[in-house]
Amino acid sequence: MHSELSVSLWRGGADGRYETYNVPQRESQTVLDVVTFVQRHIDPTLSYRFACRVGVCGSCAMTVNGKPRWTCRTHVTKVSHGGRLEIGPLENLPVIKDLATDMQPFFEKWQGAKGAFAPTKTRHDAIAQIRPDTPARMAVDAAIECINCGICYSACDTVRWNDRYLGPAALTRAWTLVNDARDGGNTARLQAIAGSGGCHACHSHQSCQQLCPQALNPTAAIAGLKRRTVAAYLNREIGA
Amino acid sequence: MNARYLKHRGDALWLAALVHRLSGLALAIFLPLHFLALGLAIQGEARLQSFLRWTDQPLVKFAEVALVFLFTVHLLGGLRILVIENLDWRDGQKRLATLAAAVSAIVAFAFLVRVF
Amino acid sequence: MNVRLYIWQRATAAIMAPLVLVHIAVIFYATRQGMSATEVLARTRGSVAWAAFYGLFAISASIHASIGVRNILDEWLPLNERRAGVCAIAFGLATALLGIRAVAAVVLP
Repeated sequence: MHSELSVSLWRGGADGRYETYNVPQRESQTVLDVVTFVQRHIDPTLSYRFACRVGVCGSCAMTVNGKPRWTCRTHVTKVSHGGRLEIGPLENLPVIKDLATDMQPFFEKWQGAKGAFAPTKTRHDAIAQIRPDTPARMAVDAAIECINCGICYSACDTVRWNDRYLGPAALTRAWTLVNDARDGGNTARLQAIAGSGGCHACHSHQSCQQLCPQALNPTAAIAGLKRRTVAAYLNREIGA
Repeated sequence: MNARYLKHRGDALWLAALVHRLSGLALAIFLPLHFLALGLAIQGEARLQSFLRWTDQPLVKFAEVALVFLFTVHLLGGLRILVIENLDWRDGQKRLATLAAAVSAIVAFAFLVRVF
Repeated sequence: MNVRLYIWQRATAAIMAPLVLVHIAVIFYATRQGMSATEVLARTRGSVAWAAFYGLFAISASIHASIGVRNILDEWLPLNERRAGVCAIAFGLATALLGIRAVAAVVLP
């Protein structure tokens, strides 16, 4: 273990640059600890996001040595080589300042994929009976724990190359709703994800699946959406 | 593309996707040329035969070996995609992707041995 | 990419998978025999089977390749989607025409 880390942090907006700071290395130090140290003891003008610090909120996602990760769950010893770290904002999103990105495009695409529940009942109807062991509900449960941290979106090459692409998170949420027996919005939803920028743009690189801290599998969810949209198109439920 | 870009890329499945795309691009460029060559038969057998003699050169033969590799690797990569998209999710894909590259290399090598 | 293009690309891929295997076998056979143009054409001329096989192959390949090219133009070049589509259609049509011409060249007696 080195006594000191050489840490490069992105400073500024899109036209910023990396600046290097020396941070004392400590036992069980996380990357978030390192960023916090810089802001508290070296440069109070550093901007970054965090909330829970314990790996349940997803707010602290940043690019660490080229990979998007939750910084509170990334131990320095696991990622720093030769005592160096390079920390930047999440990719594929506009930089507000330093390590904080604008998540608005991410959420706009969530809406674009019709990632919102479309109810069919009212409070006056009986509660829907959803068995947890049906294939559809198991598909939902396997994909529902997304906390919108943006790591998959940041890792995705297709997002990088195709600015219309809705992205793995939005499509995974669409998948959970497509399989939700209570939802009534599937025709519109399948139509929304069957056009340009929809699920068919996915090339199955699987960076999303490999990096999701919640162990979700957007590649598999998107493969399911491809099958559903093809069936809907061939049945003339949606157009192209 | 720089070192930072490649950090979480460059693993077996990402490479498989890149090889699939680049092999497709190479084949797409080759295809019209291939059709043009075959179309020489319109001008008679002698014309096609003299072209085939031209392809006997070692450099061309190596290019043909490369094409056989690209063709096979593109087919196997495509099968990988069709499996992901139409069958149940399976693990062990990295192993399969590496195996696909190896099989393609073997097929291309078999072709190499045949033409030299 | 959209659902319609996706269906065409995956369908032509599925059609071509067995055709590719046969074509690789043909390549190996012809090179093993060291076949000359005369010998190749003697087998293909007047053959309905080869016409059908390679006709299907050439058309499917042209469709499949043009959709793939469209994706590359859209994602890797600064073309907008519509322009990428136009270029891809032009490529597909040109390749298909050359393909039909090539099949005709070796199959017509």
